[in-house]
Amino acid sequence: MNSFLNVLIGLAIGLNLVALGTGRLQALIRVVALQGVILGCVPLLIKPDFNIIIWAFTLITVLMKGFVIPSLLRWASRAANVDRDVTPMIGFVPSLLLGSAGMIAALMLSFQLPLLPEHHGSLLVGGSMATIITGFLLLVGRSKAIAQICGYLVLENGIYLFGLLLVHSIPLLVEAGILLDLIVGIFVAGIVLDRIQRTFDSLDTRKLNILKE
Amino acid sequence: MRELFLVLIPLAGACFAALWPSERTRPWFLPIISAIHTLLMSWLLINPPEVLFHSWMGFDPLARAILPVISLLFLVCSIYGIPYLKIHKERKNRVFVSVILASLGLISAAHMSRHLGLLWIATEGLTLCFVPLIHFSSKPRAIEATWKYLLVSATGIALSLLGSFCLGYASLHGGGQGDLTFTALIAQASSLSRPWVLIAWVLILVGYGTKMGLVPMHAWKPDAYGEAPSMAGALLAGGVSSVAFLALLRVRSVVAAAGAGVIADRTLLFLGLLSMLLAAFFLLSTNNFKRMLAYSSIEQMGILCIGASLGAVGLWAAFFHLWNNCMAKGAIFLSAGNLQRGAGSCTTADAKGLFLIMPHSSLLFMAGLFAITACPPFGLFFSELMIIKNAFFLGYLWVAVLFLFALMLAFFGLTRIVFSVVYGRPKTNSKQLSTKYCEKPATLLPSLILIGAVLFLGLCIPNPLRQIWSDAVQQLIPNL
Amino acid sequence: MQILHFLSLVFELLISLVVWLLLAPLLPGIVNKVKAWVAGRKGPRLFQLYYDLAKLWKRGVVLSDLASPGFIAATAVSWIAVLAAALLIPLGPVNSLMSFSGDALLLLYLLALSRFCTSWAALETGSAFEGMGTAREVSFAILTETALITAVLTLALKSSSLTLSLMLTPTPGAGTLLLISGLFAALLAESCRVPVDDPNTHLELTMIHEAMILDHSGPLLAASLHGAAMKLLLFSVLLVKIVLPLDELSGIESTLYLIAGIVLVCIAVGLVESFLARYAFKKVPLFLTTAFLFCFFALLTAWKGFAQ
Repeated sequence: MNSFLNVLIGLAIGLNLVALGTGRLQALIRVVALQGVILGCVPLLIKPDFNIIIWAFTLITVLMKGFVIPSLLRWASRAANVDRDVTPMIGFVPSLLLGSAGMIAALMLSFQLPLLPEHHGSLLVGGSMATIITGFLLLVGRSKAIAQICGYLVLENGIYLFGLLLVHSIPLLVEAGILLDLIVGIFVAGIVLDRIQRTFDSLDTRKLNILKE
Repeated sequence: MRELFLVLIPLAGACFAALWPSERTRPWFLPIISAIHTLLMSWLLINPPEVLFHSWMGFDPLARAILPVISLLFLVCSIYGIPYLKIHKERKNRVFVSVILASLGLISAAHMSRHLGLLWIATEGLTLCFVPLIHFSSKPRAIEATWKYLLVSATGIALSLLGSFCLGYASLHGGGQGDLTFTALIAQASSLSRPWVLIAWVLILVGYGTKMGLVPMHAWKPDAYGEAPSMAGALLAGGVSSVAFLALLRVRSVVAAAGAGVIADRTLLFLGLLSMLLAAFFLLSTNNFKRMLAYSSIEQMGILCIGASLGAVGLWAAFFHLWNNCMAKGAIFLSAGNLQRGAGSCTTADAKGLFLIMPHSSLLFMAGLFAITACPPFGLFFSELMIIKNAFFLGYLWVAVLFLFALMLAFFGLTRIVFSVVYGRPKTNSKQLSTKYCEKPATLLPSLILIGAVLFLGLCIPNPLRQIWSDAVQQLIPNL
Repeated sequence: MQILHFLSLVFELLISLVVWLLLAPLLPGIVNKVKAWVAGRKGPRLFQLYYDLAKLWKRGVVLSDLASPGFIAATAVSWIAVLAAALLIPLGPVNSLMSFSGDALLLLYLLALSRFCTSWAALETGSAFEGMGTAREVSFAILTETALITAVLTLALKSSSLTLSLMLTPTPGAGTLLLISGLFAALLAESCRVPVDDPNTHLELTMIHEAMILDHSGPLLAASLHGAAMKLLLFSVLLVKIVLPLDELSGIESTLYLIAGIVLVCIAVGLVESFLARYAFKKVPLFLTTAFLFCFFALLTAWKGFAQ
C-alpha cells in the first residue's frame, strides 16, 4: 500500500513542478485541480477499510478541489480569455529551480525528522513540505491574482497532505470544518477577484500599488 | 452549556439580519444583539459555568479574562454603527451588519475554544468575515487593501493550521492519541516529541502572529486599517488581534509544559521588541492618521508579546494592557472615523485644522492619543509601567531600554500626526463636508465611553477584574 | 595471436566507421519521412541527405573575404571531433575502439570541442547572422550541457565507473525513466530539432544552428550536415543503450534491437516535430531547464534510491 501511496504523492510533487513551469492560467488551474483530485484520493489508501464517512469525505474533497473550485476560478477569470499568461514576477526557470531545490530540501529534512514507524519510507511529510514550498513560490512569484489563488490552493494541498498523518486521530468534524473554511475562503476570494477585475479592468496585482508608505 | 449562547446568539442574529428585509431598521440588530451578548457575559461572569476538563469549548478563566472587554467594545461600536450606516445610506448594509454579528460570535467561539482545530476554524472564519468589512467603501484603494489582507492573512492562517497539525503529530509521536485539546496536550506534555513541538511553535507563532500583525508579518495591517471603516478598524484592533494573542498564549502554555518555555519566551520577546521598534520607526514617516493607528496597533501587539514573555507578573500586566489597548484603540478609531468624514481624507496634507470644524471629535481624538501613548493617568501608563518594572526586576535591562526607546519614538510619531491634523487652518473642502456630516451625540458618545473606561482603569482596577486576570495567569502558568 | 587480435581490431574499426559515416545520414531521412507521413505528404526520399551530401561534395567552396584558414580548419575539427566522440561509444556487438576509464568525460569534451569549432567557424565569416546564431547556440548549449553532464554523472554513479561500456547498462526503476526523458530533450536540443530549433526554417531571425552555417558551402556544408546527422545517431545510440540490455543478447539479436531502437527514436523525433510547434526563444531555457531537472532527479534517485 505504501508504495502506491508514494507513487500518488510523487505524482503530486511532479505536478508542483509543472505548476511552477506553466505559463498559462488555464493550464495552471487544471494542474492544481488535478493535484487536488490526486491528493483527495489519498485518504482511501490510508484507511482502506470501507467507511462510509471517509468515502463521503473523499468524494466531497475531490468534487470541491477538482471541479467546483476550478470552475469558480474560471468564472472569476473571464477576462483571462484575453490575457492568459500568468506573468511571473519570479521567472519560470528560477522558480522551477527554486521549487526543485525546495523539494529536495524538504525530502532531506523529512528523513531527518523523527517519524512514527508506519511513516518511515513514506513521502507524506516530505511531499507535503515540498507542496507547501511550491505554494509559497506561486504566491510570491506570480502577479496574476488567479495564479496567486492557485498558489494558495497548492499550499492548502500541502497542508491537507500533512493533515493526513493525523487522519486516525483528528475527528472528521475538524477536517470537514477545515474543508468548509477553505471553500468559503476561495469563494470570498473569487468575489474579491471579481471586484478587482471590475475596478481595475485586469487581474494583474501589479496594478494594486496605490497603498504604500 | 450556557456559555454556548455567547456564540449561538450572535450567529443567529447574523442569520436574521441577513434575512431582514428593511435596510433602515437592520442596523438596530447590532446594538440589540451586542447588548444581549454583554448581558449574558455579565451573568456568566457572576455565575461562572463549570468547565469540563476535556471539553472542546468552555468559558474558562482565559476566556473570562479577555472576552468581557471585547463584548463591551462590540456594544459600543454597534451604537456607533447606527449613525454610521445612516450616513452611508447609499451602501447596502445587509452584509455589513450580518458579518459584524457573525464575527462577534466567532470571536467568542475562538476565545472559548479549548481545541486547536476548533480555534483554527473560528479564526479562519473571523478572517473571512472581515473581508467584506474592509472593502465596504468599494473604492479601488479598499479593494487593493482587501486583496492584500486576504492573501496575507489566509497564508498566515494556513501556516497556523500546519502548526496545529505538527502539534498533533508531536502528540502521536509521543505515544498519545493526537488529541488536539489543550488540556490533553498539556497532560501529555512530557512525552511530546520535542522537534515537532518546536516546529509547531514556529509555525503557530508565524501564523497567529500574522493575524496579530507582528513584524515581519504585518504587511497587511496598515493597508487594511487605513481603508476599512473606522468601526471595522476598532474591531480588528481590539477583537481580532486579541483572538490571535490568546491563541498564542494557549499554545505557549503547551510548549512551556513540554519543556521549551524558554525558547517560546525568547521568540515572543524578540518579535515583540522588533514589532515595537519597527512600528515606531514607521510612525515617524507615515502621513495618514488611520495608517498611524495601524502602526500603533502593531506596537501595542509588541508590548503584549513582551509582557507575555516576562513571567507571571508580565502576563498579568499583558492582560491589563490588553483591556486598556482594546478600549483606547476603540475610542481613537471611532473619533478618527468622525474626523475622516469631516475632512474627506486621512492624510495630513488634506486633513488640517479639524479642531475648528469638529471640536468634540478632535478633543476625543487627542484624548485617545494621550491614552495610547500611555500618558498618566490613563490605564496604559500603568500596564506599561508594570511591564517595564518587571523587565528590570528580571534583569532584562536592555529590553526595558529598547522598550522605552520605542515608546519615545512612537510618542513623537503619534503626536506629530495628531497635532498636525487637529491644529492649523482647515481646507474649504473640509468645511463643506463637516457641515454635511456634523457631529452628533451618537457618534461621540461611544468614544467618550471608551475613553472614560480607560481612564477609570488607570485610576482604579476593580477587585473582580484583578481576580479574573490572576485566574487566567494561574491557568497558563499552573505551578506558580 | 597478436596479428589476429590486431586484425579483429581493424575489422571492428572498419565496421564502426561504416556505421557512423555511412548510416548516420539515414536518420534525418527517417525523421523527415515520419513528418511527411503524419502530414499526409510524400516527402523527400529516404536517402535524400546522401544525394545532398554527394552534390555538395562536388561543388566548390565560396569563402568570405574575412575568413582566415581557421574557417576551414574549424569546420574540419568540428566534424572530426564528432566522429571521434562517436567512435568512443560501444555499438551493440562491436566494442568501442578505445575503452578506458574516463572515456565518458572525453566524450563530453569532444562534443564541446565540436561545438566550439562550429561557433568559431561561424564567427570567422564575419556576418551578423552567424554571430547571432552563435550567441543563441552557445547560450542554450550551457543548459543542454548541464543536462548532459548530469546524465553522465547519473550513469557513472549507477555503475560506479567512468567507462562508457560499463556505464551504458540499463537498470530498471523510475530513475531510468527520468533519465530517458531528460536525455531525449537533450537530444532534441543537441541535434537542433523542433521544440528548440527548426532544421527546415529559412527565416534567419528564427534560426539557431542553421544560422551558424549560412555561409558554409560545398564540402564544408557537407561536413556540417554530416556532423549533425552523426550527432543525432550518437544520441540515439546512447538512449537505446540506456534502455535495452544489449550486452546480454547475442550478436545478431542485439544488432537488430539496436537498429529497431534507433528507428524508434527517429520516429519519436519525427512525431515531436509534427505535433509540437517550435517554442518561442524565451521558453527554450525553460524547456532545457526541465531537461536538466529530469537528469538531476535521476541523479538523486541513483544516489539516494528514493524511487526504488
